[in-house]
Amino acid sequence: MSEPQQNLQDGADRPGAGVTAPPAIELRDINKSFGPVHANKNVNLSVRPGDIHGTIGENGAGKSTLMSILYGFYEADSGEILIGGKPTSIRSSRDAIAAGIGMVHQHFMLVDNMSVVENIMLGAESGAILASSVAAARAELERLEREYNLDVDPDALAGDLPVGQQQRVEILKALYRGADILILDEPTGVLTPQETDQLFRILDSLRQEGVTVILITHKLREIMAVTDHVSVMRQGEIIADRVTAETNKEELAELMVGRKVLLSLDKAAPRVGETVLRVENLSFVDRAGVARVDKVSFSVHAGEIVGIAGVSGNGQSELLELLSGIRPVTSGQFSMMGEDFSTEHPLDPATMRDVKAAHVPEDRLRTGLVKAFAADESAILGYHRSAAYNSAVFLDRGAIERDCGQKMSDFDVRPQNPALKTANFSGGNQQKIVLAREISRGPRLLLVGQPTRGVDIGAIEFIHRNIIAMRDSGSAVLLVSVELDEIMSLSDRILVMFEGRIVGEVAADQADERLLGLMMANAAPEQAGAAGS
Amino acid sequence: MSSAPGRIPRWVDVALIPLVNIALAFIVSGVILWTIDVDPFAAVEIILFGAFGYDEAIGYTLYYTTNFVFTGLAVAVAFHAGLFNIGGEGQAYIGGLGVGLGILLVDSSLPFILILPFSILAAAAFGAAWAAIPAYLQAYRGSHIVITTIMFNFIAAALMVYLMVNVLIQPGSMSPESREFAEQAHLPFMHEVFGWFGMQVTPSPLNLSVVWAAICCFLVWAFIWRTRWGYEIRTVGANETAAIYAGIDPRRIVMLAMCVSGALAGFVGINEIMGVHHRLLLNFTAGYGFTGIAVSLMGRNHPVGIVLASLLFGMLYQGGAELAFEEPKVTRELVVTIQGLVILFSGALAFMMKGPIERAYLRIAGGFQRPAGQEG
Repeated sequence: MSEPQQNLQDGADRPGAGVTAPPAIELRDINKSFGPVHANKNVNLSVRPGDIHGTIGENGAGKSTLMSILYGFYEADSGEILIGGKPTSIRSSRDAIAAGIGMVHQHFMLVDNMSVVENIMLGAESGAILASSVAAARAELERLEREYNLDVDPDALAGDLPVGQQQRVEILKALYRGADILILDEPTGVLTPQETDQLFRILDSLRQEGVTVILITHKLREIMAVTDHVSVMRQGEIIADRVTAETNKEELAELMVGRKVLLSLDKAAPRVGETVLRVENLSFVDRAGVARVDKVSFSVHAGEIVGIAGVSGNGQSELLELLSGIRPVTSGQFSMMGEDFSTEHPLDPATMRDVKAAHVPEDRLRTGLVKAFAADESAILGYHRSAAYNSAVFLDRGAIERDCGQKMSDFDVRPQNPALKTANFSGGNQQKIVLAREISRGPRLLLVGQPTRGVDIGAIEFIHRNIIAMRDSGSAVLLVSVELDEIMSLSDRILVMFEGRIVGEVAADQADERLLGLMMANAAPEQAGAAGS
Repeated sequence: MSSAPGRIPRWVDVALIPLVNIALAFIVSGVILWTIDVDPFAAVEIILFGAFGYDEAIGYTLYYTTNFVFTGLAVAVAFHAGLFNIGGEGQAYIGGLGVGLGILLVDSSLPFILILPFSILAAAAFGAAWAAIPAYLQAYRGSHIVITTIMFNFIAAALMVYLMVNVLIQPGSMSPESREFAEQAHLPFMHEVFGWFGMQVTPSPLNLSVVWAAICCFLVWAFIWRTRWGYEIRTVGANETAAIYAGIDPRRIVMLAMCVSGALAGFVGINEIMGVHHRLLLNFTAGYGFTGIAVSLMGRNHPVGIVLASLLFGMLYQGGAELAFEEPKVTRELVVTIQGLVILFSGALAFMMKGPIERAYLRIAGGFQRPAGQEG
């Protein structure tokens, strides 16, 4: 399938992409099953040297499995891997490194209290005497930094670096081990738009130096921005290879999902009502004495969606946990539906539900669901004391199961089986169970964290429409997300958090990615609406 | 996707793997017996006959089983809340103290029909109270429950020695035992019960508490899987973060689960003190609390599994005693070794065979399915 398109691209203007050079990586008929789950089906993939090759697909499409096979975490059931035209057996990450493959994981694997140079040589020390290793590593690191234009202070502690720089360390780590093929797994999840741009410039200069890059992502925008070729995966198969310049977002989205997808949301103007949530000087100081939420004040009205943007880890999660009663407030107060809560009168999660507020937590598996429970048991979590599910002593199993079945059909949860274990649903369907549980009681205030993290495109559309429907029915919605696209397409007003403070507020129709990005890095020029703390 | 496990049927997990583990323990035991010139097959025959071969043997086996059911359930309830209650031994000991004190107080003034519920309540209250202290320390002070429950076993033992030697000893007696309870405070033996219906059964220590153990199995099942308190316990055990999110206070659940756990362990006192010895004495728990941990692990913390595992251990206790009696080369210590091997393979090494067995199952099942399933 990819052959004719490759020929079209041959003779392109890139150095090192000669017509006769064998592919940097070629996968032939790769198959991998986990029990009955066929995670990779006859996958054929060919990546040309010096290319940035995008691999896009929904969660569960098999991208990560494929890359894990390439990096030696799994062994394929059948099929061949050719590196630089040579059949290569990759049984462990050691083999992968030896074959010149490096991987930058979604979650960085750095030791925070070691310096950059120590992190880079970790596991690749050149001898028993550390001092000589460090000197050698430093020299090599400096050479790499010059060659690839990757600027990082070798003596800084990894933990002190901003996320974008930590990612550079990860890239340097792979290059230090001699990688000329670099796999990046969802590299932009934790970056601001500016840091993302920097990453793309780095990838571009790696390409100039002849490094082959495989970029795994579910973000169409990134594929369009930086890749040369793109492979689309769906249900374990590569269903299309495209030259990036010859395709567009709409086509890729349709290929990924298998049907047409609306990428933009239509929503009516908000009909703003009374104040439902008012937050005044709310602070939370953690055990280390750091103010994770720092004198935050804002309010949310009925009928509007207020989005909180920010790079992950700037206090948004803690703010949601304060407002849902999970964490105790250190100082300040807030009122929900007119009832005041503070350190003297703390909110607990059960009370939050009593005042008709609902909370879709950021991490559905850690917080929102119990993996080991059947779906119907997870679907009553937090409402399990409700009279609807209980007789005097016993839980009413019949009612619980019927209720879950109803929610599953309302929210199109598949498979529609209340007895199935929660862990066996896909991410999107798990999220729908959480959303169904929290929305179906018609809360007056909905606190939502990362509603579409790890959720496939089809489900994202569905979840977004439901959140907007909540708003249109007169509920107040507070949305926390690190996905700027999501914040911008859902919110009526956008607050930006940085280091625990709200550093600015923008009306949704005046927001653009650049402005929000600058505010998220607290580098916005002084401007109207950007209030301090 | 990347972590999707193959579809392993439930019976592999709940039946095949435990059976393989027990078989391994018996094979190793057989090798040990063979090295000291005891025919392993003859030994198995003695154990089985000694445990199930005649009515007295069955009585003894079920009497041990009763104790293991109580302590196994105790461990299981705590386990569902994510707690490892190692203190079943101490809780059983103190539960027995509660039974004894209660009966010594009322046995001459109340009829049996009132003494029985009173004793059950006393056993539960004393066992629960003994478990409540480590539970409080865990929930509100952060002391690890494994450490504290172990220490409370020693404290219970020391306390009982003090009480039996200095306070409760029958005046004029040389052995540290209380006076015998009045007749109406004896829980009837099962051979007596059968006698009421005209059936002749050889006397054994098996008494009516075996019925209470069966009732407890059902109550524990209903409590854990059919009430909102059980739901909260399981939520805390499976995902504490989700429990907090759902408005469940894990500290209260720790207290609740440990008190129920301690109460169940305390029922050993009903079997031993009210059912068999009819007096307070030392060391009547004889390790039942510790064996309960293995019983619960092996029974996958489910009442049905616990009953089966208890029967196995009841058989090993009774049949093992027979073996030591019949076969001079087999000492009591060797019987304990065999029990230890069963605990080792089905408890500590419970998951050793899980991977190989599941892979083997998938290979075999996959081999059968391939021709039938669609290609590609």
